[in-house]
Amino acid sequence: MSLTSDEVNRIAFLARLAIDPDKIDAYAKDLSGIMNFIDEMSAVDTEAVPPMAHPLDQAQRLRPDVVTEENQRETFQKIAPKVEAGLYLVPKVLE
Amino acid sequence: MQWETVIGLEIHAQLATKSKIFSGAATLYGAEPNTQACAIDLGLPGVLPVLNQEAVKMAVKFGLAIGATVSPRSVFARKNYFYPDLPKGYQISQFDLPVVSTGETTIVVDGEVKVIGITRAHLEEDAGKSLHEDFEGHTGIDLNRAGTPLLEIVSEPDMRSAKEAVAYMKKVHALVRYLEICDGNMQEGSFRCDANVSIRPKGQEKFGTRAEIKNLNSFRFVEKAINYEVLRQIEILENGGTIVQETRLYDANKDETRSMRSKEEANDYRYFPDPDLLPLEIDADFIESIRTQLPELPDQKKLRFKAQYGLTDYDAEVLTATRELASYFEEVALLSGSDPKLCANWVMGDLAAALNKASLEIEESPVDPQRLAGLIQRIADDTISGKIAKQVFEGLWASLESADAIIYRDGLRQITDTGAIEAIIDAIIAENPAQVEGYRSGKDKLFGFFVGQAMKATEGKANPAQLNELLKKKLS
Amino acid sequence: MHDKTIRELSDGLKSKAFSSLELTESFLKRIERLDPSINAFITVTPERALKAAKAADEALEKGAAGPLTGIPIAQKDIFCTEGVRSSCGSKMLDQFISPYNATVVDRLNAAGTVMLGKLNMDEFAMGSSNETSFYGPVKNPWNLETVPGGSSGGSAAAVAARLVPGATGTDTGGSIRQPAAFCGITGIKPTYGLVSRWGMIAFASSLDQAGPMAKTAEDCALLLEAMAGFDPKDSTSLERPKETYSQGLDESIEGLRIGLPQEFFGEGLDPDIHQAIQAAIGEIEKLGATVKAISLPHMHLSGPAYYVVAPAECSSNLARLDGVRYGYRAENPKDLKDLYMRSRGEGFGAEVKRRILIGTYALSAGYYDAYYIKAQKIRRLISDDFKKAFEEVDVIMGPTSPSVAFQFGEKSQDPIAMYLSDIYTIAVNLAGLPGMSVPVGFSKGLPIGMQLIGNYFSEQRLLQVAHRYQGVTDWHQQSPTL
Repeated sequence: MSLTSDEVNRIAFLARLAIDPDKIDAYAKDLSGIMNFIDEMSAVDTEAVPPMAHPLDQAQRLRPDVVTEENQRETFQKIAPKVEAGLYLVPKVLE
Repeated sequence: MQWETVIGLEIHAQLATKSKIFSGAATLYGAEPNTQACAIDLGLPGVLPVLNQEAVKMAVKFGLAIGATVSPRSVFARKNYFYPDLPKGYQISQFDLPVVSTGETTIVVDGEVKVIGITRAHLEEDAGKSLHEDFEGHTGIDLNRAGTPLLEIVSEPDMRSAKEAVAYMKKVHALVRYLEICDGNMQEGSFRCDANVSIRPKGQEKFGTRAEIKNLNSFRFVEKAINYEVLRQIEILENGGTIVQETRLYDANKDETRSMRSKEEANDYRYFPDPDLLPLEIDADFIESIRTQLPELPDQKKLRFKAQYGLTDYDAEVLTATRELASYFEEVALLSGSDPKLCANWVMGDLAAALNKASLEIEESPVDPQRLAGLIQRIADDTISGKIAKQVFEGLWASLESADAIIYRDGLRQITDTGAIEAIIDAIIAENPAQVEGYRSGKDKLFGFFVGQAMKATEGKANPAQLNELLKKKLS
Repeated sequence: MHDKTIRELSDGLKSKAFSSLELTESFLKRIERLDPSINAFITVTPERALKAAKAADEALEKGAAGPLTGIPIAQKDIFCTEGVRSSCGSKMLDQFISPYNATVVDRLNAAGTVMLGKLNMDEFAMGSSNETSFYGPVKNPWNLETVPGGSSGGSAAAVAARLVPGATGTDTGGSIRQPAAFCGITGIKPTYGLVSRWGMIAFASSLDQAGPMAKTAEDCALLLEAMAGFDPKDSTSLERPKETYSQGLDESIEGLRIGLPQEFFGEGLDPDIHQAIQAAIGEIEKLGATVKAISLPHMHLSGPAYYVVAPAECSSNLARLDGVRYGYRAENPKDLKDLYMRSRGEGFGAEVKRRILIGTYALSAGYYDAYYIKAQKIRRLISDDFKKAFEEVDVIMGPTSPSVAFQFGEKSQDPIAMYLSDIYTIAVNLAGLPGMSVPVGFSKGLPIGMQLIGNYFSEQRLLQVAHRYQGVTDWHQQSPTL
């Protein structure tokens, strides 16, 4: 399975990763190699096999509907790159 | 060309839990920005979600109310995309296996009952809020809302007009409030609607391309937006164009829908089961325990009202629109012990009009069921006429006094209807010719006789002053 | 002092041979002197350590001490530590001072351990050589030209160099076991769900597990006792009765049935390693065990399946790193898209980017069934292979890694070559089983590790077998001269 540079760019955008244009080809090559490695999976028939999402054969535990967290805005925003008036700032988003 | 409109609605109802769906932060509306966003809601490295039991119960309640199957096993999935109000870069939702599957509800439009299918309802978390003003060149993000539980209710594309869409939206709105799983406050964003609108030539089976109109937060806007959109699509198709499948926003100021720029790039959400959560298993016992806790649902109540109170379909429909209104009516009917139709008229008529004028909900009514019942009793027992009753009602609205107190204080109990008094006087005059002759020939003392007779005839309710005046007039 | 095991140090503290303060100061000095050539630590926390040591000494004084009170340890920098940088080996979190503690950290603190600092690791736990760290590679103390293994390279090197008696690691595809093998120490990855993942920066959520790394199985048992246990903050955490792994380690292993998968002893296995493993198994046989050949027929698919599942999960787990609420943020972003692209493009290293890309691709429209679902099905097959094997044997053994520690740069140019160094360990994570590595010899001066794999919740047995083995051998007592 070979990935083209265009595909790498497309996936990179989906994942919001800026990749140096002169490195795109190298990534395409690496990723193609990895996809070939992964393609070995197709050698075995798994039609009747149920997928395993988890080693645990358990159900989700439920927690009671109680407020347990108090306001810690100051603590959390101390480590924020850009805040103003208690809000996280990002470059303006146009809708 | 005859066009048929096809509409499906996706409703996001914020569930009225105290804490968030996956964290223990509070869900109160209107808090200072980011004061209700804990580590989990902020998507800090290393945090993990744990599911709120109440959110599950609320979803099950809804499922039962629409006659749907509650899935014994449902799975949470990650919907991956980047947006500043989505802290983890993915929304925890449900994809392949939602907690509630196919159900239905009914609406009444133009006197006709129609069944609207509900494809599914699933649990997911809400995103935060973006504030675009006030920050030069920047958008401010408030994550208080991030993690609030949502029930996403997806209808079948069964609606064929904006009217039907609004009726369905109102029905679901009433239902979630009946079930007390959502406060339905659209201004606060607790109840939001996306409309999927398409058109097709009448008779065609295949659906046309649809446009999604997002975040409609009032019944009025839903109607206007859909109407605009249908016309827009018709115009495009009639001019030989094609409809683009896209997301649009409704601009209330201009009364038009327009394309959402930021969502134009096709989003590949890469759904996969969230590995931090295990499958949600709901057994029959759990479902039963919730079923027994269900309140009487609107449809059941309506049938009961028709049977128990002999109300018309229309009256029953109106009175069961909300739980509060229905309960108010029933209390009035019970306390007054009077004709339910009379009670219905007063609740749906004078009371509703007064509430409307003052922009109050039934729960905020200054006239409680007890006092209204008191008024209705006095109408029913002919103490006062319907006309007088309206005056009394105004008194009830403006004070905390009972109907009786107002009637007594304002002398309304008395017959002040001159016509009635005159009629009584005429009758007495007709029946007592000798006394009339006597009074007219100067025996003034006989005036008292006539007053007495009139009082007897009206059981003392005739207004003395009016009676005197009228007697004098008629006896002269 | 630095050669003593945790058990010995604990006894020493209780008998007042030395104090925790002395112990802590001694290790801190050692770190200061030797770590520059190893680079095992990203952050050293001397003030906190001394404070904790003093508190431990007070507890020891009062007689209110447990087996870990006063014992210095270090935490892999994947664990969030309140008030201390928690970088996960990445530029992305270089400035991230965690506002909270991971449960593992809380538990080890509560047990009275003294944290000396945060240990170096492959960036976001992605790697098998500790060459991808933003803070530079960690050197294997046995040969500074070779890698310590990864991703818990700092943890393994620190213990091997006796900079700390015990450390925490995490293991998603072998990241405790393989570095333990490369550095000649003992490490165990418990059954999935045994140790809380709260506060452990997520790589692949359905595979990640935290575990202890130390010189001996007994030390690992002591640490695991403190680390393990149900945590309501982690939905994947198991509610089970608490186990005391350090009890009963001396019991007989007579009748133990060992399984040797033919797939672990095929081509590509270094002959020195093969020999060392056979010798080790011979020792264990002498202790009363029997050996049986078994097969895990889908083992060869574990790499391909892993390299779909892990990147898929991590591509989603790392989406939160966007420069908005914490972490690295690109300068002067011209718009939102630029903020995301450059913060992430500049903040993440190449291996992390590769894995995010693979994961994003595997999950994307049109490929989900062919890759992600397929991988989860392979996972089921591998898991079933183990299930079947454990019907006939108690413990599965084999080499931890096909080679000993390799040279820097030897595999970092070819991702697949690097991935293949995990071929024996990955399947264990896919199945969620417990796995351990113990030192069993040397090849050309570099340590050889043997892997022990047990059935779900058989940590006690694995530790016991390892402990008994360490009772009749001394590989675990060897340390490099620095």
